[in-house]
Amino acid sequence: MSHGFFIWGSYVVTFAALLLEVVFLIRRTKKSGHANQN
Amino acid sequence: MTDGMTEGMNSNSTIRWFWFASPQTFFPLAGSIARWCWAAAALLALAGLYVGLVVAPTDAQQGEVYRIIFIHVPAAWMSMFIYVVMAGWAAIGLAFNTRLSFMMAQALAPTGALFTFIALWTGSLWGRPTWGTYWVWDARLTSELILLFLYLGFMALHAAIDDPRRADRASALLAIVGAVNVPIIYYSVQWWNTLHQGASVSLTRAPSMAATMLTGMLLMALAFWAYSIAAALVRVRCIIRERE
Repeated sequence: MSHGFFIWGSYVVTFAALLLEVVFLIRRTKKSGHANQN
Repeated sequence: MTDGMTEGMNSNSTIRWFWFASPQTFFPLAGSIARWCWAAAALLALAGLYVGLVVAPTDAQQGEVYRIIFIHVPAAWMSMFIYVVMAGWAAIGLAFNTRLSFMMAQALAPTGALFTFIALWTGSLWGRPTWGTYWVWDARLTSELILLFLYLGFMALHAAIDDPRRADRASALLAIVGAVNVPIIYYSVQWWNTLHQGASVSLTRAPSMAATMLTGMLLMALAFWAYSIAAALVRVRCIIRERE
């Protein structure tokens, strides 16, 4: 298996995971904002 | 200066400290700091990726696969550091019964768990071409895996108790007891004969890697720091909204 698989497998998964956390945070911020208004 | 004036100043500084311990006062401050940290994280990550993937030379022994260390090492640092900070907030919460401290501990756990997962994942992908295996039950790897379980246990315990104040106290105790694992992770490569190599960067000795490699690693570490602060502050704002 080429080294590219291991390098990109590390970088893509890392930044996808961080981006996913940001998406969850945005969704939670919106949800908590709505709940606070009600 | 009279004793009365000194006493007044002391009480004023005490009030200022506790002013920011109030979730309502901290809420707008956290929002401002988080915005700056998001921007810093993005800029530092771009600079770190540029240095790590473009500028830094190919390693003479490992070839291109060594470039994984630009995310693996900073992620491993963050996984341990966030746990120490989380346990610190938990201890302050238990000692002074401050709601915001417990909320900060709760806000840090998912980001800490994420960095622990990243450290394990990238370490595994680095290990396969370098050591010939994705995983060994080495002291460093095993103690890092235990750290992931401690984070997950902290979050699960907090979620399992309905009363938020009781959940805060129970999970804070787990965080404090679990902090014993952090020095075990750090010193595991010295205490035991491990496959994992020693510290890549040390404050007490000159760096053993090229300056551009070290720069790339430090830029990514700063980016992860800024990211962690921003993520924790945004999450603590959500917790404040949900609980207050």
